[in-house]
Amino acid sequence: MATEFHNLQELRHSASLANKVFLQRDYSDGTTCRFQTKFPSELESRIERPLFEDTVKRLNIYYAEAEKMGGQSYLEGCLACATAYLIFLCMETRYEKVLKKIGRYIQEQNEKIYAPRGLLITDPIERGMRVVSFQLLLLLCVCVRERQTKKNKDRDEENNIDRERVNSTHV
Amino acid sequence: MLQLGVAEPMRECEYSQISTRSSTPMETPYKKRTPKKRKWQAFPGRNKFYCNGRIMMARQTGVFYLTLVLILITSGLFFTFDCPFLSVQLTPAIPVIGGVLFVFVLGTLFRTSFSDPGVLPRATPDEAADLERQIDVANGSSSGYRPPPRTKEVVINGQTVKLKYCFTCKIFRPPRASHCSLCDNCVERFDHHCPWVGNCVGKRNYRFFYMFILSLSFLTIFIFAFVITHVILRSHRQGFLNTLKDTPASVLEVVVCFFSVWSIVGLSGFHTYLISSNQTTNEDIKGSWSSKRGKDNYNPYSHGNIFTNCCAALCGPLPPSLIDRRGFVQSDTPQPTPPTNGITMYGSTQSQSHMAAATPLMQSEPVILTDEASLPGRTSLGGPCSGALPLGGQPTPPTSTPNLSCDNGMLPTRNDHSEAHHHMDGVHHHFLTPEEAPSPPGMLPCGSPLGHSHTIQGFYNPASQDSLHEDSVRGLVKLSSV
Repeated sequence: MATEFHNLQELRHSASLANKVFLQRDYSDGTTCRFQTKFPSELESRIERPLFEDTVKRLNIYYAEAEKMGGQSYLEGCLACATAYLIFLCMETRYEKVLKKIGRYIQEQNEKIYAPRGLLITDPIERGMRVVSFQLLLLLCVCVRERQTKKNKDRDEENNIDRERVNSTHV
Repeated sequence: MLQLGVAEPMRECEYSQISTRSSTPMETPYKKRTPKKRKWQAFPGRNKFYCNGRIMMARQTGVFYLTLVLILITSGLFFTFDCPFLSVQLTPAIPVIGGVLFVFVLGTLFRTSFSDPGVLPRATPDEAADLERQIDVANGSSSGYRPPPRTKEVVINGQTVKLKYCFTCKIFRPPRASHCSLCDNCVERFDHHCPWVGNCVGKRNYRFFYMFILSLSFLTIFIFAFVITHVILRSHRQGFLNTLKDTPASVLEVVVCFFSVWSIVGLSGFHTYLISSNQTTNEDIKGSWSSKRGKDNYNPYSHGNIFTNCCAALCGPLPPSLIDRRGFVQSDTPQPTPPTNGITMYGSTQSQSHMAAATPLMQSEPVILTDEASLPGRTSLGGPCSGALPLGGQPTPPTSTPNLSCDNGMLPTRNDHSEAHHHMDGVHHHFLTPEEAPSPPGMLPCGSPLGHSHTIQGFYNPASQDSLHEDSVRGLVKLSSV
């Protein structure tokens, strides 16, 4: 099981023929980044609702944190203006830091929860913050079945060869 | 022997299946042959990129160079001819302050012109197909050629806002986003397309734009005031005519500054008002949140007080660019293909099945041909930035100028659907969507359907498309058989 999931990137590339479920943005709060928490029907058989909602709510919290306008962001803005934005050559903006945190969170969720259930979440930043895409992996089933059919074939081959040998000896 | 014979074709099938998983046989040689491209090279919008994707500008940059030349020449003349006299007669602080202002103006100008205004990347074919499916389900799949009106309503802070579907980018535009017809991109919090800075002004560069016009106002007033002072001081000693003979450059500076002051200061004042009420130029011109539209009409994005609105616009968090210009194109992830001959079409290196899903959408798509000849003349006159710099100075407030370079502004909402139907029913006669058309249909760069079909053939490479299609179909068949 572990070897099948050790490289999620590979899985992602190879899952291009799989189905995708998209979670659209929720604009009811204005232009701030939020995703809809409505549970899509296509995922009903794949993942439990509380886990899904938990992930999406957590993502929304992180995005709200990135876009929060408070003392820290104002300070950063003023400092940047004072240094003619050259300060960003040396340091990351708060937004970028939170985006990295989100990337790590999604990776962790994929490894622990979603990949074992045959799903892969794509980071929204890779899709222009339009959607959270859930890839339904079909190929893993194919993998397992392939191996099984191969095992069966090998077993049959061996049996047939043995039978032949037995026949030939009899003759 | 029999067993081996049976095993071989099975192994062949298995081998093909495995190759479908990692990469199709057609793809691997394809990948090896082509070097890795950066995303800006495959960017579907009408933008120019410099310094290997670090700099991003609109296609028409002539007016930007004019802006730059005017600022450089005026400031250069000031520092060369007026500053020596003034620093001696009055105080050396004058060239210092002038220098600081000048550097700040150039810095903000470059920042505005060269950065990504907040372009929304176009939808991948999967997303487009998914949206298309949702729209069909929502409206009841309509047979026949009339597509349903593509709008979504959302309630933001008690106000109903209509989200429009962008036919070029194949997304529902977020609130406050707009499609710039000049750059052919959807831009977040679209303010306007400014030909003077050679770029759109949107979410990511609005603060730089504001600081540019503000600092330019100060610089203009500064130069104007001190050149006048210089001329007056000299005239006391030498007389006016002699002064003019000694420093002819001052006359030029005064003329340039005089005309600039009205327009730039006016523009700064206008944008100060916009920032304090948290509106975009687009919204102000359309009167989206004006009380004239209705008693209950108010701006749902305003934070309530002027101070918070200003802080949010100028010091708020700066979101990163969504288009990742310098990243490398992954051949696995479906990318909208770059326009050749100005056609915007979608393609992907694999999964032609998705192409099949998206094709019905594409057939009804407007095709945009590059027709630059018809546009430039309008852009330099239009837009709320008009009258900014000395072109005879148009100090009229932007509300009175026709907003030609900005889209989505001039057509009233109730006409949108009828326009959409009108355009869609025609056989690809129009080349800009109703949302994008800033002017009456007569102005659109139209071409014949013949031209349209020719360019499509020019774009497609039938041989490679067929083999890729075949391969993926084979792969799908194998998968389904297991």
